[in-house]
Amino acid sequence: MSTQKPRFRVFSFALQGLLYIFLYAPIFVMAAFSFNNSKSRSVWTGFTLKWYGELFRDRAILEALVVTLSVAIIASLAATIIGTAAALGIHRMRKKTRDVVMTVNNIPVVNPDILTGVSFMLLFVAITTFLRTLGADISLGYWSLLLAHITFNIPYIILSVMPKLRQMNKHTLEAALDLGATPFQGFRKVILPEIMPGVVSGMMIAFTMSIDDFVISYFTSGSSVQTLSVAVYAMTRKRINPEINALSTIMFVSVMLLLVIINVIQAKDKNKEKKF
Amino acid sequence: MKKFSKCLALTLATAASLSLVSSCQPAEVVNVFNWGEYIDEDLNAEFTKQTGIVVNYKTYTTNEMLYSTMKSGGASYDVIIPSDYMVARMIEEDMLLPLDFTNIPNYNDIDPSKKGLLYDPDNEYSVPYTWGIVGLIYDASTTSEAPDSWTALFDKQYAGNILMFDNPRDAFAIALAVLGYGLNTTNESEIREAYALLKEQRPLVQAYVMDQVFDKMGGGEAVVAPYYVGDYFLMREDNPNLGVVIPKETTNTFVDAMCIPKSAKNKTAAEQYINFMCSTDSGYRNAIAVGYSTPLVSVYEKLKANDELEDICYPDDETMARLEVFINLPPETRKLYDELWAELMIDN
Amino acid sequence: MFAASFRLAFYATAICLLISYPIAYVVSRETPQVQSVFMVLLMVPMWINFLLRTYAWMSILENNGLLNKLLVLLGIGKVSIINTEAAVALGMVYNYLPFMLLPILTVLQKLDRSLLEASSDLGANGVRTFLRVVFPLSLPGVLSGVTMVFVPSVSTFVISKLLGGGKTLLLGDLIEMQFLGNAYNPYIGSAVSIVMMLIVLVCMFVMNKFGDGGEETSMF
Repeated sequence: MSTQKPRFRVFSFALQGLLYIFLYAPIFVMAAFSFNNSKSRSVWTGFTLKWYGELFRDRAILEALVVTLSVAIIASLAATIIGTAAALGIHRMRKKTRDVVMTVNNIPVVNPDILTGVSFMLLFVAITTFLRTLGADISLGYWSLLLAHITFNIPYIILSVMPKLRQMNKHTLEAALDLGATPFQGFRKVILPEIMPGVVSGMMIAFTMSIDDFVISYFTSGSSVQTLSVAVYAMTRKRINPEINALSTIMFVSVMLLLVIINVIQAKDKNKEKKF
Repeated sequence: MKKFSKCLALTLATAASLSLVSSCQPAEVVNVFNWGEYIDEDLNAEFTKQTGIVVNYKTYTTNEMLYSTMKSGGASYDVIIPSDYMVARMIEEDMLLPLDFTNIPNYNDIDPSKKGLLYDPDNEYSVPYTWGIVGLIYDASTTSEAPDSWTALFDKQYAGNILMFDNPRDAFAIALAVLGYGLNTTNESEIREAYALLKEQRPLVQAYVMDQVFDKMGGGEAVVAPYYVGDYFLMREDNPNLGVVIPKETTNTFVDAMCIPKSAKNKTAAEQYINFMCSTDSGYRNAIAVGYSTPLVSVYEKLKANDELEDICYPDDETMARLEVFINLPPETRKLYDELWAELMIDN
Repeated sequence: MFAASFRLAFYATAICLLISYPIAYVVSRETPQVQSVFMVLLMVPMWINFLLRTYAWMSILENNGLLNKLLVLLGIGKVSIINTEAAVALGMVYNYLPFMLLPILTVLQKLDRSLLEASSDLGANGVRTFLRVVFPLSLPGVLSGVTMVFVPSVSTFVISKLLGGGKTLLLGDLIEMQFLGNAYNPYIGSAVSIVMMLIVLVCMFVMNKFGDGGEETSMF
């Protein structure tokens, strides 16, 4: 693979470069406007850092940030575990059953967010009403938000793990079991490494969906918590508060820094390995 | 594999600590549900400092969003701030609690002209928060002469440069005003006539907007747009060429009022909060931050004394007499509005 | 209305596929490091709230926006994109492109190199190898990508409001309008949703049929 022709390399980098420009142009525009003196997103009135200052005094936005991140992390991890397990089971089903289950799995993905949100809310309201008759003082909040996120993430995990399972050579597992591996060992040593790229990309998708979601969070978060996207959407009544631009810019820069650090560490590890 | 499990442990730990931080809730809380960017945010902290009650503050975008949230039963708020016609609808559907005005002494400061309005005739359920007028905003650098009538929004010379309200009540009100009908008409043929006018206008419209009007007018993307006069001052900061008029026909004047919904858990704290918002200091700070007209007499006097009063926000009695307040329409008319609006929007 | 939604979703899906496949293909032949960097760079933009990114697109595409300022500087002259269907389609492509790229890339990465060698050993040229070996083997990824782009495109609601100026109303907008928006009527909203779900289910059924063919090819 490393023996690619130079022409291919140029072509490949050109394509990737164009894609990155497309993906990142709006983000740089957004970052630029976080330094804009006015609240406008179309008129530049001068450079300022005031939004960054105000951001750190804004309790509501910071709390929303904590809620968003914690829900996204917990929900994507839980969904990954449940979803991968489900994909394994679905993969072993007979084809007819599998098709049915996969179609059922796709329904939540197909469903407009707004319907998923409304249905979740109705369900949670019914549950809380029932629990209240038993004497518990409970209303929608962090728990319902989290449950909804875990649930709507699961289908994405299954969707991204299934192609990997389909491509997997099923005889490897049989061979491992024949050679005396326990089913768990078989899973850990044979299946998991094979499907890992699917699991990881599924988890990334799930995490991203969680961070990005607005509608479902809006319906399920009740009156005590809110996520960033709910806060942003409410702001659009007037204008996007540049504090949010500032926060997003900080998030973006820190994610990028983190990635660079990870890459540098990995590169160092590689070098060490080479020396041995 | 090892690295992966390390990562996993790390993220789990982070998640756990994050959720701990987010789940600690203090003792007494008042849950407030207000429009986005409709308050001087420091006031909530101020309230907590004065009373020890923590304000849990969330925001919504439209009256309809507020309505469906309350209707669904998923949330329990102590204070909500619907607009006039939505107050009426909520009263009609028995969604609000009557207020105990002995707990809201500052109510006395409310301008008598803002009491006993059509949406809450007996002053039982609501305390005005702000009020305002719908005006016509135009870009003087691209119009030959300042428009003074809603007909500018239907004028072919501005084709492609017209912004229009993205909600049925406000949009129909403009068409009805042009046709010379009352804004609260329940006459089906009048409403259908207004619909025909809006449909005719559709090809001329650049975009149907609510909040995006700030950036579009501020950035010189469009020439004429209807919007709430209080918001004009924010737009003018970006584009000094902008002007605003109260059109010669009629227009809507609205009141956003604080109410306590039936689902409220802490009514006393809610009344304390409402009273706090009606104090001269809070009202003044809100008027400066939000730009809408204040219903509080003492705040009006203070603004006047400081020479911070924008005349267009407080028109003279003669103009005020011309303006109309929305009332809650009967269900059949609401349904007609909804149907016609959907039809208008679908028409691609 | 239905037609507009499906047409735009179809365009968006087709454009996503056309952009994604070549990129996924070249990236799958890069070193693992480049690939993992690519995957991450693809996802990072989505960690920024999509409303904020769509707002940024408004700043770029508007008549006096950044793109037009750039074009005027280059002497090309203005284009008007904002408030058109093209702008809505662009918004969809922008938001959902990663959902197409990731599954295709995942499948292509797993492709058994020896099959390609076998194919060329047996005398197939590059194009033929691609058409007869690579593409059929990557179909599961393509299908999962198509599902993951088409479905949210059909049901999206904010994008058309912001980039299409509210003039290109889509199914998602209609549903939103009935539940949360300006024409409250959850019954019509539910009816529209059910009809839409049925149509999408039919689409999925067709894709499933088609997809099974792909699965069988991959067994050989």
